[in-house]
Amino acid sequence: MANKVRIATTSLAGCFGCHMSFLDLDERLVPLAELVEFNRSPITDIKHCAPCDIGLIEGGVCNAENVHVLREFRQNCKILVAVGACAINGGLPAMRNSVPLEECLREAYLDGIGVENPMIPNDPELPLLLNQVHPIHEVVKIDYSLPGCPPSADVFWKFLTDLLEGREPGLDYDLVHYD
Amino acid sequence: MESFINHTLKKYQDCATPLLMVLREVQAQYFHIPKLAVDLISQQLGVSRTQIIAVVEFYSFLSFESRGHYDILLSDSITDIMLGKQDVADYLCQKLHTPLGTVRADRLVSIDNTSCTGLCDQGPAALVNGHAIAYLTPERIDRMVAAIEHNISVSDWDSDLLAVDDNIHQAGLLLTAELAHGAALQAALQRGLTETLDEIKTAGLRGRGGAGFTTAMKWQFCRDTEASQRYVVCNADEGEPGTFKDRVLLNSYAHELIEGMTLCGAIIGATQGFIYLRGEYLHLYEPLLAVLAQRRSAGLLGDNILDQGLDFDITIQLGLGAYICGEESALIESLEGKRGIPRNRPPYPVTSGYLNKPTVVNNVETFVAAAHIALQGGAWFAAHGTEQSTGTKILSISGDCAKAGIYEYPFGTSIRQILNDCGADDVLGVQVGGPSGTFICDTEFDRVLGFEDLATGGSFIIFNTSRSIFDIVQNFTHFFAHESCGFCTPCRVGTSLLKKQFDKICTGHGSSGDVRELQEIAQLIKTTSHCGLGQTAAQPIITTLERYPELYNQKIKQISFEPGFDLDGALAIARQLSGRDDSNAHLAQVEEE
Amino acid sequence: MSHITIDGQVVPFEEGQTIIEAATAAGVYIPHLCHNPEYAPHGSCKLCTVNVNGRNATACTFPAVEGQTVCNNTEELNFDRKRLTQMLFVEGNHFCPSCEKSGNCELQAVGYHLNMLDNHYPHFFALRDLDSSHPDLLLDRNRCIFCNLCVRASHADGKDVFAIAGRGINKHLIVNSASGNLGDSDINVDDRAAHICPTGAILVKGTAFKVPIGQRRYDHHDICDMSAGEQHGE
Repeated sequence: MANKVRIATTSLAGCFGCHMSFLDLDERLVPLAELVEFNRSPITDIKHCAPCDIGLIEGGVCNAENVHVLREFRQNCKILVAVGACAINGGLPAMRNSVPLEECLREAYLDGIGVENPMIPNDPELPLLLNQVHPIHEVVKIDYSLPGCPPSADVFWKFLTDLLEGREPGLDYDLVHYD
Repeated sequence: MESFINHTLKKYQDCATPLLMVLREVQAQYFHIPKLAVDLISQQLGVSRTQIIAVVEFYSFLSFESRGHYDILLSDSITDIMLGKQDVADYLCQKLHTPLGTVRADRLVSIDNTSCTGLCDQGPAALVNGHAIAYLTPERIDRMVAAIEHNISVSDWDSDLLAVDDNIHQAGLLLTAELAHGAALQAALQRGLTETLDEIKTAGLRGRGGAGFTTAMKWQFCRDTEASQRYVVCNADEGEPGTFKDRVLLNSYAHELIEGMTLCGAIIGATQGFIYLRGEYLHLYEPLLAVLAQRRSAGLLGDNILDQGLDFDITIQLGLGAYICGEESALIESLEGKRGIPRNRPPYPVTSGYLNKPTVVNNVETFVAAAHIALQGGAWFAAHGTEQSTGTKILSISGDCAKAGIYEYPFGTSIRQILNDCGADDVLGVQVGGPSGTFICDTEFDRVLGFEDLATGGSFIIFNTSRSIFDIVQNFTHFFAHESCGFCTPCRVGTSLLKKQFDKICTGHGSSGDVRELQEIAQLIKTTSHCGLGQTAAQPIITTLERYPELYNQKIKQISFEPGFDLDGALAIARQLSGRDDSNAHLAQVEEE
Repeated sequence: MSHITIDGQVVPFEEGQTIIEAATAAGVYIPHLCHNPEYAPHGSCKLCTVNVNGRNATACTFPAVEGQTVCNNTEELNFDRKRLTQMLFVEGNHFCPSCEKSGNCELQAVGYHLNMLDNHYPHFFALRDLDSSHPDLLLDRNRCIFCNLCVRASHADGKDVFAIAGRGINKHLIVNSASGNLGDSDINVDDRAAHICPTGAILVKGTAFKVPIGQRRYDHHDICDMSAGEQHGE
């Protein structure tokens, strides 16, 4: 099985909806599994990337940990793919960009209704938030993008089969949508 | 306030077209545009409130937020910076206890930057309540500060503080030719107006603003368009950084200019002319009004000029800090009391210009040349210069040279000779035609002035080898992003993207992909923008990339990609609020290998 | 009748028609956003940039002239158009999944037509105001692309409710009322200006999400295959 194409996936500031959509491949997962193996991914629970052929990134970059994970993927994956609206433009998490970070943290941890023991978390284990949520192409170089919220299973199928069969990946009109 | 507004509106005949003049006076009176003033003007003129708000927000010299009673604007042209603007700015800000970009708590002073003020030969320069102050030194700043702290009105400041020099170092055909008041008009009327237009044709005169459209053809088109009224407009909105020759023409050759405009009015059949004077040249406004008055009383302007039944008069409108208004159709919009947004063309101003009537818009120098041609004939002019570029060009020379100022040369003169004459040594390159023109390097000094080679509206900025290409290009690129009117997508968004992308490379965060990206954005802006501003906004980058690819290569990192924003800086607020400073609370800009 | 050629196809035109008018009449699609046949051309989005006899021109403002050779559907022009569309996406805050106009949005439709898969440029994340003061209408400036159509439509409505203010990248849509809010303006839900927005910047309240995903205007139909009326939301 050494010549299987190795894929890693992760969700940064996302909702795992893109991963769920990937699982919508349903019965097509069986033939796909003949051709690919999963490395770091919520599907395998492998925690760090080995060298991979394809990395699928869901979600934008909202905190320091996202940056580290994204860099690990970029270092290990020959082809890095932005999957879904959040990876491509920050998506819904980026709607916080119109609110100053200080205001967000105050509302959540200090002044909000129902907050007990008001204090902004300071455990060194917790990733710090960036001032703004960024799409991933602003942090590392990205090779392909699959739009959609989420991209449909057909999008994953088309993209991966194109790559696996040695074609330049492309999406027809029906497969392109931004929501 | 109501009486002030009413009084001001009356002064401008309760007319909507001179809206900029009205708003200029309101700003001067209240140090901002009060919302009440917007409503009053809107009601009186029957102009929608939104049009007035749009105008206020468009022009740099108007603001809804209060400025200081002494509003100081420092010229941020590359030429001012080369003359020590930064030190002077620091000194001024410190003396007045007012950081750059702020209004002092007592509202006495505000200090900010502004685009090139056209005093490049005598910088660093500033505008104080619109008045030009040249040759800024600590000593002169001390005197300014004393006057400000004693609340002395700028117009009452020592005259040497307010003096602006002509600095003519080389006078040629136009700057030496004699023209008795009215002589060109007399000659034209004697010869016949059609015959005089033919002389201008023979002269081969082309527009001196830089684009070089044939003047006689422009006048002919306008003349041939059926209309109840036609207009003559002098474009004195000399905003191209590094250009100041019109300042000198308006100061010392105003009669020639006005004679040229009157001649144009006679030839095309216009009775009304405008001088659109850039706001930075406020110091020339009163003197120009005096010249107009003098000519009216001499029978050279107004009704029945030279007793020949010729009617023509001129109104001056001041600009309010918008480079785009140098574009002729944006200038016309501005004259009509609107934002300076370039129009769609066709129709061209010669068929549909001011108030949609046929309008000739020419540069100051073009009208001056036309006046001399009317007197001396086309052959006299065409004997100078080259076949495609007849006559002479007046240059504004600034930057690294011994004698900055005004030089007039026949077209065809080599750059090398010009550099010799003005005392420029150790030259790295010359920006010919300003930021929107061409940067030429030291192997190109045999190139010549002319529409067929190096066209220029007059800007000629010299850089010696101590200067950095990147400082120059950065200044120009920021300038265009600041001055984009925002009408079309490629220029509005593109100039801001270009600025970000250039800064990224300039500050050492770029990779080779970033230079390719820079080039791509530059080409897109150039080929898809609406007007000349956008089409040339990427010129500084394009022309230096062509000439100094190795310098750009030295700037880039041998990595595949680096973020365009400061990652660690983006954690600063979270660090501060959580009180953390451990290693996990920081991010390296580039991933460690 | 006079003719021009567009990508080799002979297209007749009547005196006074622009290139885009001639093209539309002949069923040739030229991508555009600020153009709407109901109103005077504006020429600002630059998506309709075509090459006329070797030089770029804006098809919605440039007059058709006998014998012009126009290039429209070329790889180069479509690439530039994609980049211009991406500029519009990064300039504003276009979060399609949360927008009621999604699926019926012309900005999206043009993105789909040009096979735009990402936003390419860094985002501006500009701070823009949302105005929900009007009982029937919502104005979300995050989605405004400065096509000027609401300005033109409101002028034609005789109300001049909208205008563009500011300069350069700071340009923004303003409302003609004492408070600056839409609720205090003269606009009415029946005005043409309330329905002309190609994006989700001006929306009629209470009408969102009525059409299921998959059945919205551009879900399966490329804007280039639609009639002029359909392209503009009829």
